[in-house]
Amino acid sequence: MVKLKINGQERNWDGDPDLPLLWFIRDEVGLTGTKFGCGQALCGSCTVIMDKQAVRACITSVSDAAGREVTTIEGLHPTGDHPVQKAWRQVNVPQCGYCQAGQIMQAAALLMDNPKPSHDQIRESLSGNICRCGCYQRIENAVHLASTGV
Amino acid sequence: MNILTNPNKLRGFEKHIKVENVSRRSILKSLGLAGGFVLAAPVMMRPSFAYETGAGKMPHGVVVDPRVFVSIAPDGIVTIVAHRSEMGTGVRTSLPLIVAEELEADWSRVRIQQAHGDEVKFGNQDTDGSRSTRHYLIPMRQIGASARTMLEQAAAKRWGVPASEVKAVHHEVVHSASGRKLGFGELAADAAKQSVPSIEGLKLKNPKDFRYLGKGEIGIVDLHDITTGAAHYGADVRLPGMKYAVIARPPVTGGKLVSFDGAEAMKVSGVEKVMEVKGWPWPSKFQPLGGVAVIARNTGAAIKGCNALKVTWDDGANAKYDSVAYRAELEAAARKPGLVVRKEGDAEAALKSADKVIVGEYYLPHFAHASMEPPVAVANVKGDKAEVWAPVQSPGGTREDVAKTLGIPEENVTVNVTLLGGGFGRKSKCDFALEAVLLSKELGVPVKVQWTREDDVRHDFLHTVSVERIEAGLDKNGKVIAWRHRSVAPSIASTFAAGTVHQAPFELGMGLIDNPFEIANMQCENPEAAAHTRIGWFRSVSNIPRAFAVQSMVAEIAHATNRDPKDMLLELIGSPRIVNLSSVKDPWNYGEPYDSYPIDTARLRKVVEVVADKGGWGRSVPKGHGLGIAVHRSFVSYIATIVEVAVDDKGKLTVPRVDTAIDCGTYVNPERIQSQIEGAAIMGMSLAKYGEITFKDGKVQQGNFDDYPVLRIDESPGITNVYIVPPATPDTPPSGVGEPGVPPFAPALINAIFAATGKRIRAMPIGKQLEA
Ligand code: FES
Ligand code: FES
Repeated sequence: MVKLKINGQERNWDGDPDLPLLWFIRDEVGLTGTKFGCGQALCGSCTVIMDKQAVRACITSVSDAAGREVTTIEGLHPTGDHPVQKAWRQVNVPQCGYCQAGQIMQAAALLMDNPKPSHDQIRESLSGNICRCGCYQRIENAVHLASTGV
Repeated sequence: MNILTNPNKLRGFEKHIKVENVSRRSILKSLGLAGGFVLAAPVMMRPSFAYETGAGKMPHGVVVDPRVFVSIAPDGIVTIVAHRSEMGTGVRTSLPLIVAEELEADWSRVRIQQAHGDEVKFGNQDTDGSRSTRHYLIPMRQIGASARTMLEQAAAKRWGVPASEVKAVHHEVVHSASGRKLGFGELAADAAKQSVPSIEGLKLKNPKDFRYLGKGEIGIVDLHDITTGAAHYGADVRLPGMKYAVIARPPVTGGKLVSFDGAEAMKVSGVEKVMEVKGWPWPSKFQPLGGVAVIARNTGAAIKGCNALKVTWDDGANAKYDSVAYRAELEAAARKPGLVVRKEGDAEAALKSADKVIVGEYYLPHFAHASMEPPVAVANVKGDKAEVWAPVQSPGGTREDVAKTLGIPEENVTVNVTLLGGGFGRKSKCDFALEAVLLSKELGVPVKVQWTREDDVRHDFLHTVSVERIEAGLDKNGKVIAWRHRSVAPSIASTFAAGTVHQAPFELGMGLIDNPFEIANMQCENPEAAAHTRIGWFRSVSNIPRAFAVQSMVAEIAHATNRDPKDMLLELIGSPRIVNLSSVKDPWNYGEPYDSYPIDTARLRKVVEVVADKGGWGRSVPKGHGLGIAVHRSFVSYIATIVEVAVDDKGKLTVPRVDTAIDCGTYVNPERIQSQIEGAAIMGMSLAKYGEITFKDGKVQQGNFDDYPVLRIDESPGITNVYIVPPATPDTPPSGVGEPGVPPFAPALINAIFAATGKRIRAMPIGKQLEA
C-alpha cells in the first residue's frame, strides 16, 4: 500500500506500485486537470509539483511519490488565483488550452525557485513544455507578468 | 464527407420552411419553449447583403433560428449555443459573441452551451476549412437580431406602444418616451411567444455601434477553466463503470491482424481483457484500422498491457512503402509532363524560346498533426443506442459514421463534443470514436479509447508528401514570360477511393491553379502519384508545399536577376485586378462563390506593402541575419510574412522577429486573429525546422516528440507582430483565419536563410542542412 498526499488530501494505492502517477491522478483519483501528451517526459503536459519541484507525472511512479506531497493544477490555489493563473488570464494565453495546466505548473515552480527570472531563464525553464498551438510568446509574457506585475 | 446527404446542395438557396421535431434531448429551452413542434426555417441566405458565401452548400447548410441558438432564463441569463468545435481558434467565444452583439446582450450575463452533433437542427458543424466566421458572421448576426426583435416586440406589446418606439439596449428593452424599461429575463417568456421575424425585414446594428465585434477585448470563454484545470477535453470524460482501452494497430496502413497472444498482457496488474478490434480494408476512409485492444481499469495498465502483447500482422499491399524511394518516384514524375490543370498561352514554347530558364524543385515530406491531446474518445453503447463523448471537429459526420458502423438510426446516436486539445485537421476524422463505439458495444460498458503519442504519430492521416517543380522562363530583360508548375503528391481522395492518382480539385485549388501571377504563358500540371498511407487534411493542406515552392521560386528569380525579392514579388503579382480563372476547368475556390471571394491582386499587393512597411523590409540587419518575405492567399484570405533569421557559424538558426499582415476581410475578434497568427508562425517554424515523417518497410519510423520534434519555447521567434488590414468596406466578406497563417511562414523563413547565408533550401525540413 502506497500512501501519498495530493492537494493536501491523503490517498492510498494498493495496485501496481509502478503505475505512473499521471494515471493514478487522472483515472484512479479523478483529477483530470493534469494532462497526457507523450508519456515519455518529452512534452510537460503532465507536470505537477512534488515537494516544491516540478516533475513529470508520466514517468514518476506512484511508489516514487510515496509519502510525498503532490500538487496538481486543481490544488495550485483554492480559487484559481495564483499569480501565474491570474497573469495567464490577463494575457489571454491559451488557444486549445490542453498544454496549459502543465505550463502553469512549470511556471509556478520556476517562480518558487526564482521569483524574478530573466526572459532567457523563462525560456529555458519552460523548454520542456510543448504547446503545439504555439502560445509561446504569450506564455513568456505571462510568466514575466506574474513575476514582475508588469 | 457527407456532401451527398446535403439537401440544400440540390435545392439551391430558395427559402423554405419545414417542420422539425425537436428532440427531447434538446439542450435548449428555446426562449422558454421546451420540446414540441417548432417551426424552423433552416436555410436562409441574405438577399439584403452584399455577398454570398458557400455556407448554404455545406452539408445541411445553415440554420438561422433564434429558438435553436438562444435561450433566455427568467433571471436574465442568456444562453447561446456554440455549434462548432473549439480546438483553439476561439470559435466558441467568437460566434456566440456575434449573437450577443446583435442581441444587445451583456456578455457578462451570457453562458455558452456546446451543441451536440445534430446538423439537421444546427446546420453544418464541420469545424474545418477556416470557415466558421466566414460562413456564420451574417447568420449569427441574424439570429441575434431576430431574438432582439422578439424581445422588443414583447415589450411593445406589454406597454401597448408601437414596436418602433422601443429599443433593446444592453440587456434590457427601453421605451425612451416614457422612460420604461424591462430586463431581458422579464421579457423572455413573452418573447418566446412572438413569431420569428422574417430575415429580410431584420434590422441589423450599424457596425459603428458595435460593443464587442472588431474590438478584441473579450477573453475566451474557457479561460478560467483552462487555467484551473476544470476545462473538459475528450480524455477527461469519466463514466461510472467505464473501462480504459489502448489498442495495438497494424503497423503498416492496410495491414491486418493474423494472430495475437495476450497472455503476458493479462498478467499486468489492472488488465482485464484482451480482444480484437474490427478493422476496415484499405482505403479505410474514417473507419478504424483494427487491431488488438487491451482493456483495463486505468490507462496506465492498458498501455503496459498493450506493450506486452505479442501480435502477428499481415502487412498487406503497402509493406514496401519507403520514403527515400518514394521521393525519387515523385521527382521522376515531376520531370515529365502530367495532367494539365491550367493552361494560358503556350508555356512549353515560351520556355523553349526564353532567354533564361530557372528551375526549382521543392520537396516537402509527410508530417503528423501531433495535436497536444492525442486522439481519445468515450462511448457508451446500450442496445440500439449509442452515446459518444469526443473531441471531434465533425460532430455531425461522427454521428453519421457511428450510426453506420453500428447499423442503427442516426437519431439513436448522441455525439457530445468536448473541448479539443488541438485539432489541425486530425480530428475531422472520427476513427478513434468508432473504435470506442465498437468496444463498448462488445463489452456492454462505457469505454474510453486513449491513443498514445506513438499511436498518434504512427497512425495519423498524414499531411501529403510532395514534389513541386517550377520552371520559369525569362526574356532578355529579366521579365518572366513563362511559368510551368508541376505538383506531384498523393491525394486525400486516396483515403476514400482506391486507385486515386490525381489530386482533387480542392487540392489543386490550394496554391496551384489559383496562382495569381500575371504571366502570359502559364501552365499547371498534376502528374500521377499513388498513396501508400492515410493522407488527410493538415492545417492549410496543400497550400503548405505550394506556397513553399512558389514563394521560394520568386526569391530565386529575384536573386538570378539581381532584384529585391519584394519588388520581384510585386512585379509577378502584377497589376491590381481580379484574376481570371476561365481557363481552369474546375476552379475550386474554398467552396466560395467567386463573385464574393475573387482572387483580388490589389488585396494581395496590399498585404505585401503593409508588411514591408510595418516590418521594415530592407532595414539593415546584423551580420549573419537575413530577411525573407512571402505572400499567399488561402482560405480566401491574404497573408504576407517577413521573417528575420540569424544563423551562427555553427549553423544554429534563430528567429529574432516575425511580421505578418493579414487581410481576412470583415473580422470579429482581432485578439484571436492575432493568437492564430502567432501560433501559425510556431507551427510554420516547426514544420520547416523538423517536420518529417518517414516510412521504411511500410512503417512510420518516428513515434514521439524525441524523433518527431516540434518547436519549443526556447527556439520560438523573439517577437511575432501581427497587422490586421482593415476591411475595404463594411460589406467586405469575412475570410479564413485558422489556417492561412501557416503557408507563407516557411518560404519567408527559407528566403531569409538564403539572405543570411546564401544557402537555398529546397527540401524540407531544414534539419541539419545549415550545419555544413
Ligand atoms: S505526458 Fe508527461 S511529459 Fe508528456
Ligand atoms: S494551447 Fe493548445 S497545446 Fe498549448
